[in-house]
Amino acid sequence: MSSIQEIQDEIVSEFEILGDDKESTIYYIMELGGGLSEFPEESKVEQNIIKGCQSKVWLTASEENGKVQFQADSNTDITKGLISLLIRVLGNQTPEAILNADLNFLQKIGMGNIIGSQRSNGLVSMIQQMKRYALAYQAKQNA
Amino acid sequence: MALDLDHIRSLFPVLHQEVYGKPLIYLDNAATTQKPQAVLDAISNYYEKDNSNIHRGAHALADRATAYFEETREAVKDFIGARESAEIIFTKGTTESINLVAATFGRKFIGKGDEIIISTLEHHSNIVPWQMLCEEKEATLKVIPISESGEIIFEEFEKLLSAKTKLVSVVHASNALGTINPVERIIEAAHKVGAKVLLDGAQSTSHLDIDVQKLDCDFLAFSAHKLYGPTGLGVLYGKREILEAMPPFQGGGEMIKEVTFEKTTYNEIPFKFEAGTPNIGDVIAFKAALDFINEIGKENIKAHEDELIAYAQEKLSAIKGFVPVGTAKDRVSVISFGINGMHPFDVGMMLDSKGIAVRTGHHCTQPLMKRLGLEGTVRASFSVYNTKEEIDTLAEGVEKIARIKNK
Repeated sequence: MSSIQEIQDEIVSEFEILGDDKESTIYYIMELGGGLSEFPEESKVEQNIIKGCQSKVWLTASEENGKVQFQADSNTDITKGLISLLIRVLGNQTPEAILNADLNFLQKIGMGNIIGSQRSNGLVSMIQQMKRYALAYQAKQNA
Repeated sequence: MALDLDHIRSLFPVLHQEVYGKPLIYLDNAATTQKPQAVLDAISNYYEKDNSNIHRGAHALADRATAYFEETREAVKDFIGARESAEIIFTKGTTESINLVAATFGRKFIGKGDEIIISTLEHHSNIVPWQMLCEEKEATLKVIPISESGEIIFEEFEKLLSAKTKLVSVVHASNALGTINPVERIIEAAHKVGAKVLLDGAQSTSHLDIDVQKLDCDFLAFSAHKLYGPTGLGVLYGKREILEAMPPFQGGGEMIKEVTFEKTTYNEIPFKFEAGTPNIGDVIAFKAALDFINEIGKENIKAHEDELIAYAQEKLSAIKGFVPVGTAKDRVSVISFGINGMHPFDVGMMLDSKGIAVRTGHHCTQPLMKRLGLEGTVRASFSVYNTKEEIDTLAEGVEKIARIKNK
C-alpha cells in the first residue's frame, strides 16, 4: 500500500503533464470521476449529502481491516472527479493516517485556480467530512 | 443600420483581455453588462473634481455635484418616458426598488384578504418581498402559470384577477428564459379590476424601448448595472399620485421636511424615498451609460441583439444533445439550454476553460426551474458588443462538450 504522501506525489506528476492548459485539466478531472465505483441509489439520502457543496455530493464510509473505505457520488462530473481524487488519496488508509494527512497536492497542482473559489469551498467540506468519518472510526477502534 | 462593432468594442476596456490564454468571450450580460470607458471616466471625474454631498451644500462643488446628480434623474425620466423627474427614485437596484414598494405601498394599501399576483417566471426578488408582505398582512399570493414554451397563460391570469387583487407584479422579460411578457395586456386587465401594476424591468430596460406613460404601468423597477452603468444603483419609477400616497421607506436625512422630537414632516417626492447620502458618484456616471445607449439608439441595439439571438439559435440547435429551455416567440437576447446527460455546472466550467463566460444554475428562479423539472440551465446572454464570431466560438465549444455524452 502506498502512503498518502506517495499517492499525492503521483497525482502531482500526472497534473504536471497537463501543464497550464485549463481546458485539458478540467476534462481530465471529469474523466477521473468516471472511475468512481457504483454508488448505491438507496444511499443517496439527505444525511449523506455534504453541506457546503454547490453541487450535490453524497459520501459514505465503511471500515475494513482497520482501514477506512469511502464511497461517493455527485450529480456533476467535475465534482465526481474531485471526490475521486480525494478518495484515491485518503481511501484505504487508517483513521490516524487520514486525520494526520496534509493534503499538499491540492496546492501543488493549483487546485484553487483550476476550480475557482466557490468549488474550493465545496472541496474543503468534502475533506472535512472524510476526516470526520476517520475520527469516528478512530474513536470506535480505541473504544 | 449595422453597428460598427469594432468601434463599440473599443469603448469597453474589459473586453480586451485573455482568460486562461484565450480571448475573453463575455456572454453573461443578463447578469451584468460591461461598462464603457465613458462610465469609468465619469466615476473617476466625479471623485477627482466634484466630490461633495449634494442638495444642501453652500459651495461650488456641492452645486456642481447636485446639478449632475439631478441631470441623471432627468435623463432617466426621458429614457423611460416618465412625465416628470420627481417620479424617478434612486435605489440600490431592482431588488431594493421592489422591496421599497412592498414596504411602503404594501404597508399602506395591502390588507387582510387582499391578493397579489406574480408569475411563474419571477426572479426571487419579485417573489420573496411579496411572500413576506402577505405573511405579515394575511394577504394571498397568486401565481400565473406558464406553458411549456415558457410563456404565461393569459387566460389563467384573467381568472386570477378579482376585486381582491391589489397588485400585479410581473417581470417584463424573464432573466432565465428571455420570454417577453405581454405587459400591455396584463396592465390593461389589471387596471380593469382596480389593481396597480409593478413591472420588473431588470432585463427589459436594456433591450426594449420603454415608455411608462404608454404602457401605463404604475411602477417600474430596474438596475443601472444591466444598462452599462455602475453596480449598486437602481431606479424605481412610480406614478406621482401613488408615490405621494405612499408612506416613506427609510427614515433619516434628505427625506424630511422638518424634524422635531415630537413629529417629523416628510419631504416631497422623490426625496421622501431617498433617505441618507445617496450613491452620488454612480448616479452621475449612470448618465454616461444612458448617453451611450441613446447614441447608438435602442432600436439599433435591439436589431443587433435580435440578429445575434437568431444566429445563436440556429447554430446551437444543430448540435446533437442541445436542449433549448424556453422557446417563447418574443424574447430578449437570452438563450437558456441544457446538454443531454450533462449537468449545467460542468458545461459552464468547461466553457469557462475556453474563455467563454456564461451563467449556470437556477438563475434565482427556483420555482420556475421546478415547474420546468430542471435543476438549472446554462444561460448565454448577449449584448450590444457581442459578435457572430463569438457565437461561432460558443457553438464550437458547446458542440465539443456535448460530444462527450452525445456520440
